[in-house]
Amino acid sequence: MLTYLIKRFFETIPTLFGITLISFFIIHLAPGKPTDVLTELNPKITPEARERLEKLYNLDKPIIVQYGLWLKKIVRLDFGESFSTDRRPVMQKIWDTKKPLLERRLFITFMINLISMVIILLIAIPIGISSATHQNTLYDKITTTTVFIGFAMPSFWLALLLMMLFGVYLHWLPISGLKSLNYDSLPLLAKVLDRVKHLLLPLFVAAFGSLAADSRFMRSSMLEVIRQDYVTVARAKGLPENKVIYRHAFRNALLPLITLIGLSIPGLIGGSVIFENIFGIPGMGQLFFSAVMTRDYPLVMAVLTIGSFLTLIGNLLADIGYMIADPRIRVK
Amino acid sequence: MTMTGYSLAYQFWIRFKKNSLSVAGGAIVLALFLIAVFAPLLSPYDPNDIDRKHILEPPGIKHPFGTDDLGRDILSRMIWGARISLAVGFVAVGIATLIGILFGAIAGYYGGWTERIIMRFIDIMLTIPTFFLILAVIAFIEPSIWNIMIVIGLTSWMGVARLVRAEFLSLKEREYVLAARALGASDFRIIFRHILINSMAPVLVSAVLGIAGAVLLESALSFLGLGVQPPTPTWGNILTLGKDNLEIAWWLSVFPGLAILITVLGYNLLGEGIRDSIDPRLWETGRK
Repeated sequence: MLTYLIKRFFETIPTLFGITLISFFIIHLAPGKPTDVLTELNPKITPEARERLEKLYNLDKPIIVQYGLWLKKIVRLDFGESFSTDRRPVMQKIWDTKKPLLERRLFITFMINLISMVIILLIAIPIGISSATHQNTLYDKITTTTVFIGFAMPSFWLALLLMMLFGVYLHWLPISGLKSLNYDSLPLLAKVLDRVKHLLLPLFVAAFGSLAADSRFMRSSMLEVIRQDYVTVARAKGLPENKVIYRHAFRNALLPLITLIGLSIPGLIGGSVIFENIFGIPGMGQLFFSAVMTRDYPLVMAVLTIGSFLTLIGNLLADIGYMIADPRIRVK
Repeated sequence: MTMTGYSLAYQFWIRFKKNSLSVAGGAIVLALFLIAVFAPLLSPYDPNDIDRKHILEPPGIKHPFGTDDLGRDILSRMIWGARISLAVGFVAVGIATLIGILFGAIAGYYGGWTERIIMRFIDIMLTIPTFFLILAVIAFIEPSIWNIMIVIGLTSWMGVARLVRAEFLSLKEREYVLAARALGASDFRIIFRHILINSMAPVLVSAVLGIAGAVLLESALSFLGLGVQPPTPTWGNILTLGKDNLEIAWWLSVFPGLAILITVLGYNLLGEGIRDSIDPRLWETGRK
């Protein structure tokens, strides 16, 4: 098992290399130059000054050389300097060591995605199992319909509706940011409550789409498993239904879901752009969106690389989870 | 259930219409088609007619879905928006399906190194958070309708490719393929005339479900301001106005979102309906 894991880990390296290569070329081959933004803001800029800028950012070199230079730096986790006017190192923007952990962009996005993933699993799996074991009952029909609608629901629309309901009409929840303006003057308990209140809607929106997909998937996977012979055998030897479902069927039904979770990580990360944009959350998605709008190449590449890296790690963890759940693979 | 003597299409229809949900999905898709085609006849107002005396009017008799911040009729804008949604969905998925078939067929048919390279490429594409990549590319090139179709198409072919490869792996050793080869048929002919034809059913299903995904993606881009640019009406950019006027104009958010929801639901139901009526393994046990 350990050798498999090590092998699997080293396999991710060429994949990550391929990802950066493809992303780098796609982004740098798009027409227009990042210096366009700088020069647009300052129409008096001379061609010489423009050339100097391009030289400063190595944009005058062939693209393959640019990629080599970029790659050489990121081995040391240096993603270069941002093209924006503050010229801060990209890494400082993503992981600002001067700020408390809770306010660093990568940490915010990572935690929201992680928590919503946990919520998804905690809700989707029981729903999937129970609607499979109660197939064709009213309960099953209601959950199936809800799931179908949830599947078709645009997350940003859901966000707008929730903001309208809980923010504008009921005034129960704040609709923007991660904390209130008077946060610093609050006592500790109120601080925690304030953060939780700000996170409720974003978490719900982040989790909702996958919730529908995963519970549907769990249901059909469970339906397949409970028709298998070994489940009939378990029942025939007189095991209580609870044990049949949770010890015999559940583990096997879980296997395909683990793969699905691994595959859904890029979607979750991609969704960050949408919900961070709507709820005004200062995370990676918001940073990426502004980087894209200002053609901040180093920042765009950094976010893409980190996002892909997190996905690869997620897939690796899914593989490990698969092994824990499936003894057949452990033996190999 | 055997229905020999009837044409395949008729058998398909018999099975398809048994499930009322699939038929409802088909009806939604058909209705959208008609709305998009007859948009000029159906829309009560010109979608771009600015009426400064009636800005942000709530739904009423004159404007069933209200008006926006420039006094434009929302219902008319939504009817015209159906065109964008439909066009992007179909063209993007068309592109994705073609690429997917090509890569999947080559990988599945030839195997070996070609297959390994293609599969690794697919793995890489599946690992990149494609929504980020799409945003970056669309922002760098200009967000025209053609660019959006192409970029969505270029980033969503991986599922089809895997599907087609799997079909080819199981079909290429069948006797009829061996017979074709023994008769001296070219690779090209075997791939396209013999194997591909027999693996079209799952591809069709995944294409219909793919349209739902493309419609969602287009509306998300549009919502973020990176879709087809105003004044061209899209469901997504009406929703952006809805977000900006959240406190005062609920109708700007509710109706276009509902349109997206119903559209996506329609494609999903239709896709699942087609799958259930095509796949013989699902006939005996009934719908899962």
